[in-house]
Amino acid sequence: MGQIQLTDLTKRFGDTVAVDDLSLDIDDEEFLVLVGPSGCGKSTTLRMLAGLETPTSGDIYIGGDHMNYRVPQNRDIAMVFQDYALYPHMTVRQNIRFGLEEEEGYTSAERDERVVEVAETLGIADLLDRKPDELSGGQQQRVALGRAIVRDPEVFLMDEPLSNLDAKLRAEMRTELQNLQDQLAVTTVYVTHNQTEAMTMADRIAVMDDGELQQVASPFECYHEPNNLFVAEFIGEPMINLVRGTRSESTFVGEHFSYPLDEDVMESVDDRDDFVLGVRPEDIEVADAAPDDAALDDHDLQMDVTVVEPHGDQNVLHLSHPDQPSADDALQAVTEGMHLVTRGDRVTVTIPPDKIHLFDAETGTAVHNRRHDQEADFTQLEQ
Amino acid sequence: MARLTLDDVTKVYTDEGGGDIVAVEEISLDIDDGEFLVLVGPSGCGKSTTLRMMAGLETVTEGELRLEDRVLNGVSAQDRDIAMVFQSYALYPHKSVRGNMSFGLEESTGLPDDEIRQRVEETTDMLGISDLLDRKPGQLSGGQQQRVALGRAIVRDPEVFLMDEPLSNLDAKLRAEMRTELQRLQGELGVTTVYVTHDQTEAMTMGDRVAVLDDGELQQVGTPLDCYHRPNNLFVAGFIGEPSMNLFDGSLSGDTFRGDGFDYPLSGATRDQLGGASGLTLGIRPEDVTVGERRSGQRTFDAEVVVVEPQGNENAVHLRFVDGDEGTQFTATTTGQSRVEAGDRTTVSFPEDAIHLFDGETGDALKNRELPSNRAIDAFVSN
Repeated sequence: MGQIQLTDLTKRFGDTVAVDDLSLDIDDEEFLVLVGPSGCGKSTTLRMLAGLETPTSGDIYIGGDHMNYRVPQNRDIAMVFQDYALYPHMTVRQNIRFGLEEEEGYTSAERDERVVEVAETLGIADLLDRKPDELSGGQQQRVALGRAIVRDPEVFLMDEPLSNLDAKLRAEMRTELQNLQDQLAVTTVYVTHNQTEAMTMADRIAVMDDGELQQVASPFECYHEPNNLFVAEFIGEPMINLVRGTRSESTFVGEHFSYPLDEDVMESVDDRDDFVLGVRPEDIEVADAAPDDAALDDHDLQMDVTVVEPHGDQNVLHLSHPDQPSADDALQAVTEGMHLVTRGDRVTVTIPPDKIHLFDAETGTAVHNRRHDQEADFTQLEQ
Repeated sequence: MARLTLDDVTKVYTDEGGGDIVAVEEISLDIDDGEFLVLVGPSGCGKSTTLRMMAGLETVTEGELRLEDRVLNGVSAQDRDIAMVFQSYALYPHKSVRGNMSFGLEESTGLPDDEIRQRVEETTDMLGISDLLDRKPGQLSGGQQQRVALGRAIVRDPEVFLMDEPLSNLDAKLRAEMRTELQRLQGELGVTTVYVTHDQTEAMTMGDRVAVLDDGELQQVGTPLDCYHRPNNLFVAGFIGEPSMNLFDGSLSGDTFRGDGFDYPLSGATRDQLGGASGLTLGIRPEDVTVGERRSGQRTFDAEVVVVEPQGNENAVHLRFVDGDEGTQFTATTTGQSRVEAGDRTTVSFPEDAIHLFDGETGDALKNRELPSNRAIDAFVSN
């Protein structure tokens, strides 16, 4: 069984605390993504799991067994690296077979058979006699995976395995890796700095910053119910809009706009006064400009469109406040592909009250997260 | 004024065996003064070779390259009044930011020191790096190094900027920021810019027009949304857009498109646009696939969810037809709030106004989707 337990795990390099008191339970067969900016401690955590670094304090258990002092080859794990680390002078067959070299209990014929079986799973059976430099990046990546899979380990550890691939191939390999992990049902810990990979691949995401765990939750929760400002900003592309301000009675007052807070929001606010108001770009509604300010609702703003980035399926609009034509864009909104406006247009922007987040400006802690529409807009057919 | 013209430009290399390799084949392009043109395509498509011919780093085998009325064939790189920005930044590691930026001006112009200093300082102001003037490249982040590389091109005040994948060494967040910043800068400076990338998102969001290349040949030149909604052929349809357009091979039988796992009845108006082609490919963008809502019965199909990639603001849902082959998968984009899981059965419909049809043999577009007409859409889609 490949469940993993990390308890109070800490790693110091001299005076630097790379990983700070990290506790995390990973279920058997789970796909957990460790994500964060560079230097956040995610790779050090992975390397401790792999046995390539020793914890300063705390414990690592895999399948209930204490791992702290076990050498990597006795942990029943397989690691996949960003640079593939294939042997250039060996064929694909030899590279994959190499993963089995240290495994006991296989006859030579069984090893050969196992290599072919894995190559077939990965769709590279016709490449078995090629050398790595005769392969594309995606094919090399599959060989590196093959070398990990062939050992049939309890746990896969993956360190940014897709970052050397181009955008199209990366998107393909994301889905393929997910399918594969599902099929093999092996506990997987996957490290990346890329929030899209985290969102799309993970059963759960563990967000790290500055050596500390910020949140462990499903992609949906990290996105819609972030624990704090860091998670809110890190997860989501384009980034969540954040506006600093203070509370005056039951109104949030920012530099350029005031926004009335609903009763239930006020209840979670306590006696705090300094806030950061957050709203995701796709939750901002954009309409033709109202004829005058009198036609505006409490939740509306007049803004000018400064940049339009069409993506085809959607458009990213950069919006600024009419009397503040500074280079700093005040808000970004995402509209549907066919909902286009032109640069220079004035528009009416609505921030719906059920879509806002409020964070404590001092600690960054989420005070209020957006409300959810729990109704799935999906119709289930008779099975 | 700097209108850049390519007239049937061809580049032929000779390989080791003396054979000819055509890297760029009879490309004709008119790039307007002040335009931001993005050359995009997969690796090996000829985009970088085209840029290098513009720069004077490669000779033109046949055809003519002009800057306004001046023929550039045979003019050396330093006499073309063109500045190039590379992916690798190519900064001098031992020189300060100031040194890196003033070096080109000191070597190649007779400008007095005062004026050079003034230009460098104006440029660093514009780029927001004036506090870094005395640092060495090794003390700068990737984004700052990229700004210095840009600054070095800007201080020369050239007629044309040529940029070769300048953002590909940056991480995703920074790349998105720099996309907007580069656009803003180019707009302010009004300098004709040719920008090479393999990244379709950069092409869509930055270009006034996009030139799509494949296999040395120009496939389409148009506004980003023209390429997105009205692709000339299958290549452009598949290359532009993320996630990619769904493409189904099939054939015409009477007034029905027969694909693997689904039959799609075509209206008379659509049928009339197909001419005599019998082999067809039907295309539909993921955001145009309606999931879970039963619409006009004729164009609704039973499907099963294979993989879900949540992205927060939306989900990419990979599906297959219940009546189709396991391997025929397609993608739908749904809102982030919809809950759907692998294994779910549902229905999908393909609205007829959103479908594209391509000739199965030549790949040429026979029918593109319908577009609503309004001022903003017209402005973005037309050339």
